[in-house]
Amino acid sequence: MPVRVVPCLDVREGRVVKGVNFQALADHGDPAALASAYEAQGADEIVLLDVTATAAGRAARAETVRQVRRELSAPLVVGGGVSGVSDAAALLEAGADKVSVNTAAVRDPALVEGLAARFGAQCVVVAVDAARAPAGSGCKSGYEAMVRAGTEATGLDAVAWARTAVAAGAGEILLTSFDRDGTRSGYELDLLAQTRAAVDVPIVASGGADGPDHMAEAVAAGADAALAASIFHTGAWTVERVKQVLADAGVRVRLPVGA
Amino acid sequence: MTVVRTGAANLASVVAALERLDCQVSPSGGAGEVARADRVVLPGVGAFAAARDAIAANGVADALRERIERGRPTLGICLGLQLMAEGSAEAPGVAGLGVFAGTAVRLGVRRAAPSGLGTRPSANGLRVPQMGWNLVEPDEDCRVVSGGYAYFANSYCLRERPEGWKAAWSSYGGRFVAAAERGPVVGCQFHPEISGSYGRALLSRWIRA
Repeated sequence: MPVRVVPCLDVREGRVVKGVNFQALADHGDPAALASAYEAQGADEIVLLDVTATAAGRAARAETVRQVRRELSAPLVVGGGVSGVSDAAALLEAGADKVSVNTAAVRDPALVEGLAARFGAQCVVVAVDAARAPAGSGCKSGYEAMVRAGTEATGLDAVAWARTAVAAGAGEILLTSFDRDGTRSGYELDLLAQTRAAVDVPIVASGGADGPDHMAEAVAAGADAALAASIFHTGAWTVERVKQVLADAGVRVRLPVGA
Repeated sequence: MTVVRTGAANLASVVAALERLDCQVSPSGGAGEVARADRVVLPGVGAFAAARDAIAANGVADALRERIERGRPTLGICLGLQLMAEGSAEAPGVAGLGVFAGTAVRLGVRRAAPSGLGTRPSANGLRVPQMGWNLVEPDEDCRVVSGGYAYFANSYCLRERPEGWKAAWSSYGGRFVAAAERGPVVGCQFHPEISGSYGRALLSRWIRA
């Protein structure tokens, strides 16, 4: 199966933003316009994360999802503030194809079971935000799961949590390195490799991509999809160009665009 | 045209894709509308047992079976294809519509487990669910389903061509039924509503089938 190249839209107040290590957010425009542009470039999937939803105590905004869905004919994953089955149902009703959960699932893994029982595992993405664990944290993998948009450490081993989430019914792990996020210094390959060894569902690598070379490294470490945000938002790369370079490097991707 | 409201599907994606083709679409949960509509879409995403319960409780399952048996235009997507079968290893003992013989099995598992034992996840390194764009290769006599990349998100699949139907195939740890068609009745294991221009062209052919 071709490796998926997945642009990510972090959305705040209806606008696409992007920061470094989840901070210092810069504005990159309208979610619907960007999603359509990325689809035209050959994006295999779009991820839309409402980065302020959890802190605001609500689920991702349905109106933004509706606007994106109207034009988008590629798969759409939506996350941010999903804390119950009804939140997920509302996002699917608005135009999501898969729903991503993080904070609420860490608090109560039964949420993952509930979502999988209703929507099927293939609809349930568990987003694991992993930060390098401080010495003496007890996190055997060396990575700790973070919640509330990276503002709160959980004490949970990130790789062990991914395994628990899959056992509870997660059909995909969206694995973000908190330390690499927005830094364009490459994905956290060791985190990817450890998680790959722990779970048999698809893994989306996230955090740190500066271009297709990093994506090829992530695939070699076990990723099934490579997510990036900054490199696309700034115009440094188009999805099409990324896929061409990946194909030249021998990574199977869906080409030609639109086929 | 009506899209069946199962309470668990990516309903809006299906409606949006059809509206982009200028279709008048009304989501419905009622058996009457499913019986009367010119065209019916049974969308995917959802767990087999939950979706079956949702359509069995209100007579929608019977209305669907009847229109499919009469050859009236009906499109089942993903789980919507599997629901046409007799059952699924995802939910042993839960009956599908039984429009054709066969049972959905877990990807990566060559045979359904003996009854009562359930199924075990694949142990051959295959990632399940299958998630992404896979190549669809139709038999020559397919009219609605063409060849190309389509988006799949599934843990279960049909291995055998339904008897009397035309089939398209994909491969993921072995060959499986990517789609089956019998006149204007079409079941797709993939999601045409989110398969870009490939899916748009397929939906456009189905609307005219």
